[in-house]
Amino acid sequence: MTLLKEKDYGTPKIESDNNVTGYIDGIEITVPEGTSIMRAAAMVGIDIPSLCASDNMDAFGSCRLCIVDFEGRKGFGYPSSCTTPLSNGMKVKTKNSHLKSLRKDLLEMYISDHPLDCNTCSADGDCDLQTQADDHNLLNNNQLVASKYDFKDGCTHLDAEVDASNPYFNFDPEKCIVCSKCVRACNEVQGTFALSVDSRGFESTIKPGVSDNFFDSECVSCGACVQACPTGSLIEKSVAEKGMPNETVLTTCAYCGVGCSFKAEVRNNDVVRMVPYKEGGANNGHSCIKGRFAWGYAKHKDRLSKPLIRDDIKDDWKEVEWDEAIRFAARRFKEIQNEYGTNSIGGITSARTTNEEAYIVQKLIRTAFGNNNVDTCARVCHSPTGYGLKQTFGTSAGTQNFESVQNADVIMVIGANPTVGHPVFASQMKKRIRQGAKLIVVDPRKTDIVKSPHVKADFHLPILPGSNVPLINAFSHVAVHEDLIDHEYIKNRCDEASFNDWIDFIKDDSNSPEAAEKPTGVDASTIRKAARLYASGNNGAIYYGLGVTEHSQGSTMVMGMANLAMATGNVGFVGAGVNPLRGQNNVQGSCDMGSFPHELPGYRPITDDAVRSIFENKWNVKIQNEPGMRSVNMFDAAVGGQFKGIYIQGEDFLQSEPNTQHIEEAFGSMDCVVVQDLFLTETANFAHVFFPATSFLEKDGTFTNAERRINRVRPVMEPITGKHEWEITQELAAAMGYEMNFESSEEILNEIAELTPTFTGVSFKKLDEVGSLQWPCNESAPLGTPIMHVDEFVRGKGQFIITDYVPTTETANRRFPLLLTTGRNLVQYNVGTQTRRTHNTLWSNEDVLEIHPADASTRGIDNDSLVLLRSRKGETTLKAFITEKIPAGVVYTTFHNPETGANVVTTENSDWATNCPEYKVTAVEVEPANHRSKWQKNRNDDLSQIPITVNP
Amino acid sequence: MSKVIKIYIPNETSANSVGANMLHKTISNLIKEESVKIIRNGSWGAYWLEPFIEIEKDGVRTGASYRNIDLTHLKTIEDFFLDFEKKNPFDINEIDFIKNQNRIVFSRIGQQDPLDINYYRATKGYESLITALEIGHQETIDRIKSSGLTGRGGAAFPTGIKMQTVFDQDVSTKYLACNADEGDGGTFSDRLIMESDPFSLIEGMTIAAYAVGASKGYIYLRSEYPLAKDFLSNAIDIALKNNYLGENIQNTDFNFEIELRIGAGSYVCGEETAMMESIEGRRGLVRSKPPLPAINGLFGKPTLINNVVTLATIPALLSDQHSEFSKIGSNKSVGTMPFQLSGNIKNGGLIETRFDITLKEMIENYGSGTKSDKPLHAIQIGGPLGIYLSSNMLNTSLTIESLEELKGSVGHGGIIVFDDSVDMSEQAKFAMEFCVKESCGKCTPCRIGSVRGVEIIERLQKNKASKEDAILLEDLCETLESTSLCAMGGMTPNPIHSIINYFPNELIEK
Repeated sequence: MTLLKEKDYGTPKIESDNNVTGYIDGIEITVPEGTSIMRAAAMVGIDIPSLCASDNMDAFGSCRLCIVDFEGRKGFGYPSSCTTPLSNGMKVKTKNSHLKSLRKDLLEMYISDHPLDCNTCSADGDCDLQTQADDHNLLNNNQLVASKYDFKDGCTHLDAEVDASNPYFNFDPEKCIVCSKCVRACNEVQGTFALSVDSRGFESTIKPGVSDNFFDSECVSCGACVQACPTGSLIEKSVAEKGMPNETVLTTCAYCGVGCSFKAEVRNNDVVRMVPYKEGGANNGHSCIKGRFAWGYAKHKDRLSKPLIRDDIKDDWKEVEWDEAIRFAARRFKEIQNEYGTNSIGGITSARTTNEEAYIVQKLIRTAFGNNNVDTCARVCHSPTGYGLKQTFGTSAGTQNFESVQNADVIMVIGANPTVGHPVFASQMKKRIRQGAKLIVVDPRKTDIVKSPHVKADFHLPILPGSNVPLINAFSHVAVHEDLIDHEYIKNRCDEASFNDWIDFIKDDSNSPEAAEKPTGVDASTIRKAARLYASGNNGAIYYGLGVTEHSQGSTMVMGMANLAMATGNVGFVGAGVNPLRGQNNVQGSCDMGSFPHELPGYRPITDDAVRSIFENKWNVKIQNEPGMRSVNMFDAAVGGQFKGIYIQGEDFLQSEPNTQHIEEAFGSMDCVVVQDLFLTETANFAHVFFPATSFLEKDGTFTNAERRINRVRPVMEPITGKHEWEITQELAAAMGYEMNFESSEEILNEIAELTPTFTGVSFKKLDEVGSLQWPCNESAPLGTPIMHVDEFVRGKGQFIITDYVPTTETANRRFPLLLTTGRNLVQYNVGTQTRRTHNTLWSNEDVLEIHPADASTRGIDNDSLVLLRSRKGETTLKAFITEKIPAGVVYTTFHNPETGANVVTTENSDWATNCPEYKVTAVEVEPANHRSKWQKNRNDDLSQIPITVNP
Repeated sequence: MSKVIKIYIPNETSANSVGANMLHKTISNLIKEESVKIIRNGSWGAYWLEPFIEIEKDGVRTGASYRNIDLTHLKTIEDFFLDFEKKNPFDINEIDFIKNQNRIVFSRIGQQDPLDINYYRATKGYESLITALEIGHQETIDRIKSSGLTGRGGAAFPTGIKMQTVFDQDVSTKYLACNADEGDGGTFSDRLIMESDPFSLIEGMTIAAYAVGASKGYIYLRSEYPLAKDFLSNAIDIALKNNYLGENIQNTDFNFEIELRIGAGSYVCGEETAMMESIEGRRGLVRSKPPLPAINGLFGKPTLINNVVTLATIPALLSDQHSEFSKIGSNKSVGTMPFQLSGNIKNGGLIETRFDITLKEMIENYGSGTKSDKPLHAIQIGGPLGIYLSSNMLNTSLTIESLEELKGSVGHGGIIVFDDSVDMSEQAKFAMEFCVKESCGKCTPCRIGSVRGVEIIERLQKNKASKEDAILLEDLCETLESTSLCAMGGMTPNPIHSIINYFPNELIEK
């Protein structure tokens, strides 16, 4: 393997109905009208020298190295090929002696203000200035040749101070050539507008906004600037520390559901840096701080390489070999089943592992365990999506690919905070908004997407937590009353009877914007205007997150959105759709893999004899014909004494489930808890067996992202545990008496493809060929399906569902006058297992309670002071952060840190259809505190603390 | 006939800089009677006379220069009248400096209160707008095309053709941007129009906007012109009130509004693409062309960009002055050009005349020679990026074509005169220093090359015979000229080349 250098065409691809034909150095080329000479030249294999151009940003024309000549040229100077479009009949010359000497002269100007020693520069070998100097005979023994314009006492920027404030990269102004690529990447690719050029002329310097350094600035550390920098001015610290990488492994990020493709750049079997991959279907060469930089946890000293066992959770752990640990777990599970019955144990597949690893766990449960007690973390996030979209459209997944947003005219973001949760997709969305798409944001909080540089929501509807359904019903009500619905679409594509029923329902005054005023707290006229905008604004696209699903009416809301989208004819083509922004890297995949108690892989009902027999024949077992227990049922049963053992692949229930005390009781009641994870998590404190798991850098398999895109995950290093996770599961199955005999994860995927109609066409080989595939991928869609429901819905006719609003029982009252809603921040990821073991903690290392100034002042709460957060369920303390981004009456916190225990206060309320917990609504009171809560003290006293250090 | 005595005291930046405002204060304090009235007129452009005060009595208007004269000792207005008579007042229209000019565009300056719309209308003002609205878009453009007018901002591009390009774009939103970022040292023609006849600019803009189909116009005014800002704001308000701007102008379906934007002290923002960046709210960076602003300009829309004088010329071209204008001169050098004479010159000021006047006529007939009375040594034409001509090149005609032959340009019409005390190597260095100071920093040759240019010239100043440095300077100028993004870097070598060529041994010894 070698280091992969991706081809850069210099300027972005142009779409045009017209083509032009010109000649580059005599070679005829036909390109879409508007294509630059530089790009056209690159297409015929002629790379024109350049330092400031890149095909992911608009042409700028700063470095002037790319000057060319053409017949009939007018004016005083040569045009830059990046900014000049090819025109019909144009005869371009990219090389001649004059151009060459001018380019050399320009390079001499650069070099007159640049350090000469390439040997001591971290960017040695990955520097465009070095390459160009070499090409123009200005590099000698890896030293830049002193410039003819290099005068003693001449003005330079040499010895400028390095900004090392960011933990992941340095900015060295001495090496800056002021090409503005970093600024343009920040503006055009990331959309944060954190960087600018200060001053003008020779004094021009790159500056992180109004701040003195990168760390204190608005920079979100996405890394786009570092990637864009043509010299060593902006460079990863890891490159300086470990040296320039020399091989590339293409793989997929293991954080959120965007599923960014990365080049893991490696030196001596050690990752030096993760660089987003341009061909990545989801991210097109962009990244966020987590995927780009926060991967150091993979080698964190807290990671364990050997399994642990103990008889009792009060005992100390004992490190053992794999065989012993697996035998220990198998024996315990069998003992439990002997005593309490087949259904007394179960398991959880992880949304963080590969499809293959998730598949094999549910297979283990359905074969070796002999029951259907399998669930996955989608239960607590997007299970209502699965339910709601299946009822209405016929499939449990989002309808679009990410790229579709580039054709959206009205974007409606509901209960999602994309710049924080799905930053790379948010950048794509912001780009489209900057181009003029309209934006409606439904969220209690004034999130970044509501107003940030060059992005401003046309409507922000700050609804009260728990009032999604009346709002979406009011949208449909307006669309119906003002006849903004697409009759033709409904007639052709939707179920007529269900539509007629729905019309009768939605027309009723109880669904009017006026009726929605009270529960939502948003005035009727604003709701009307926003509804009109969505319903009449050409391509309408809905993007939503857990602010939709994590409610007692989560499934109702998903169907409410599906109703609205169908009624306005906004499903089944590019630019439209209903799209869950899914949280985990493989939460889509784990659901696809049959991780639910009622479904086999491919969302096929366990109760269907025909479906079951397919698996029974292949697996050679009898599968129970009734759904098993959901995770919440397992925990309730554990408290009740009927459920005694659980195999958990990569999920930290103790921190992530609502109502922590209840979960503590459930886990404390079990006889065998097996945790398979990277670190000793909060849940591991209740475990009897710990199987050390592998990080994504060790995995070999596939992840499926939020747009159903199956991406390859390729190993950069051998498992430090000595075992792939699928091997652990297979050996556990074997120890319990069921042999699987997979030789590789590839064989597992082949079995998935064989048994699952939507995966028939998927294989490692095909993925290696085409990069990625969006399911369904089978004979009728051999290259996958970017947009679903194109000519007809998967279920045939789109089904309208009545979406009555049943308010949550969790309401504010005199004792608990505020509503708590929870979420995430940019730098930490969910329960923080990984990100808390990276330098991301420098930005955020504790959860804070966001509270409106009015609510704070009436309670005597100061900014940054300790407050007690109390609900009907429990109490915890954390620091207050006073902000107007949260409306009065609502408070907000994140759940990243176990010390905070945000879920100590959340309730066991859940979605009526899927049991997805109601994390987003908890009635609370907040008051000043001077000591930690009882729960926090007990946790500190009772539990062995896991040392966490920031030293990955 | 009225018995009112009118005293004209100019309210114009140059006049104010030599005391017009103070004189106005002193004189107005003397006036007790209603029969004496002060009018703050514009400047006639005969700057060596400023502050030039005129009195109109019994229909006769004469004036006198009050430069360096203190009137605070006067007790009554009669004292002032007596003092005035002692200064042998004369009719300014009779002096050669004014009489010999061919004032078409600048015909109103100095005459009356610049904001007196009745005077403006009485002198055929707004007749051309009415004409344009009657004859339609294409005919308006055709008349401008046939006049031969070229852009007076510096690039001398045919105005009518540019308008045609904007008009031909099938886009509903179009803009007009008036470039009032008059940054060349020694130029003031734009300012004179804006301060002394603002309605001519506003009418010109309105006609141009109508012709190309723009409904919004910007005036990008440099921050160093606060008085022009006041005049323009007031004039825009008055035009609005009189239905010459706004909705349904003169009861047609044509709507047009003008927004004044103030720059922030950047020379390069007078470059049209940097100006657009600035108007759009960004740093004043030059954009690459193509796309041409006429096709893809302000906010991505077709935009007609013209200089103040160009736009202020348009009303004349739709009036009976069209033929008077277009019959003057030939080729690109058609019509009148407002030259601005300054530097070491006796009679500096604005001279609107034909292009093909010689430098000798300009300096001797209009300027009356150097102010220091020392021998003339150098004349820089066309602003800081313009070429220097030597005293033995006075027969040079000031047409666009003849200056192009000399590798220079008329530019915005600035002419700066130097006597023999000038150090031409310092002037060469100044060219590079100017580029250092004003470069936007986007392109490499201008950003780094200009700094190296200063350094090389400083070395040459120590050793004019250095062959090595002479070659370096030549290489540097070549790269600036051939690779710069805009004319700022591209033209910076012009003054240096002219000094090398026309002032042998003053920068480089051969």
